[in-house]
Amino acid sequence: MKYAGLLVMPAGFFLVLAALVLFTAPVPHLAFVLCGLAVEVLGFVVSVRGHMEIRGEHR
Amino acid sequence: MTDAVFALTLVLLLLAPLAVAGLALVNVGLGRSRSAAQSLLGNLAAVAVAVIAFALIGATFAGAFGGAAHSFSLAGKSWNWLGSAPFLLGGLASAPPQSQLALLFEFLAVSLAALIPWGSGADRFRLTAGSAATVLLAAILFPLLAHWIWAGGWLSQLGVNFSLGAGFLDPAGAASIHVLGGFSALAVIWIAGPRRGKFPREGLSTAMPGHNATYVLFGCLLALVGWLGFNLAGSLIWLHAPFASLPVTAINTLLSASCALAATFVITRTRFGKPDASLCANGWLAGLVASSACAALVSPAQSIFIGTVAGTFTPLLVEFLELAVSIDDPSGAVTVHAAGGLWGLLAAGLFASQPGQFLAQLVGVATLLGLFLPLVYLLFALLNRLVPFRADPDGERLGMDLHELGGGAYPEFVIHRDESHR
Repeated sequence: MKYAGLLVMPAGFFLVLAALVLFTAPVPHLAFVLCGLAVEVLGFVVSVRGHMEIRGEHR
Repeated sequence: MTDAVFALTLVLLLLAPLAVAGLALVNVGLGRSRSAAQSLLGNLAAVAVAVIAFALIGATFAGAFGGAAHSFSLAGKSWNWLGSAPFLLGGLASAPPQSQLALLFEFLAVSLAALIPWGSGADRFRLTAGSAATVLLAAILFPLLAHWIWAGGWLSQLGVNFSLGAGFLDPAGAASIHVLGGFSALAVIWIAGPRRGKFPREGLSTAMPGHNATYVLFGCLLALVGWLGFNLAGSLIWLHAPFASLPVTAINTLLSASCALAATFVITRTRFGKPDASLCANGWLAGLVASSACAALVSPAQSIFIGTVAGTFTPLLVEFLELAVSIDDPSGAVTVHAAGGLWGLLAAGLFASQPGQFLAQLVGVATLLGLFLPLVYLLFALLNRLVPFRADPDGERLGMDLHELGGGAYPEFVIHRDESHR
């Protein structure tokens, strides 16, 4: 689960890069960058949960 | 660059090692007494290893003192992604003074970044593993980010290529020093795991307070001087700021740290009945870290706001990470450096006058979170297979001083029995 989260985070980064390349108008630009950041945060949360599960098993 | 600017920048950069000294004291003070000598030696070794690795490999990729850069074209834009300066600092003596100062700044910056994970790995992080992790940080991770932000890389070109303000702005290393260091700290914590007895099978986490609050608080005062050096020198080198703007930058640094301390003081006083010294130190440092991103870019009133927010979230986030997420971070580096740095970078965009600057800062933050955190974790996890990060259980029981150095930092003191190892 932790590796799944860590793999999702670069996907969000590439979404941000795609926003830079594909859009010129400020509103879709900002919207796509925010979506990319949201994907990164989601991946981070999954990764944190994955580490918490491992920690719980080792207690 | 005039001689006066060169001399002033050099003097300011010579103050910056005080930030390194201050942070080392904080790291040692927040660890246990039976690991104090190993911790301080680890901090010293991290600085030495970081400087050597950066000189041998990192400076070439960072490209701070000239040379061609590697770039590719995509969507009609040039993406400069890696520096290509002469190998082993060749030609440094004949480089322009501005470039020499930029390189000195990067040497000091990588020293500071290398210290940050040490505090988080206190009482369990082995010296050999810490030094090996520092090599990865100083030879690969820091140079890549430093090039992208400071040496004409694609993040600094966001303004030219995509009309996003002045490009990603980070004049004193909030991203390349603090967020990168904070993410490295998180990777070390995840890989090495918590200290034995920190999270028992039942009940709340065990309190393991730092062994010397005097070190911690004096370290904060030393760090202030170093931070002033970093913030002022950074604004001269990377923003080409005029002399007249320097007093405002210095005042903003002071205001940010002071308001952060005041906010943390009030919150801990309200929640616990008495102010908490280590959390107040964390608040002070979080204010300084936030100022690294924006002291040269905002007004004093905005600095007050930025510092207050940093000091407000610091004690709450430290508590949340420990109690809710089971992150054993003795120095609070994840909160202070990663969260404080990210907040400062966003605040620099929030209060910028140029259109598109906030978006440029968001792209920088997305790069740090989406690319550098997984990369740091992956590299450190691979390294952990070769050089285990965590000391064996006997080392933790004896203390890292006896286990790794053969002698304690305080030989006359009687070390009390550790209840967590019953």
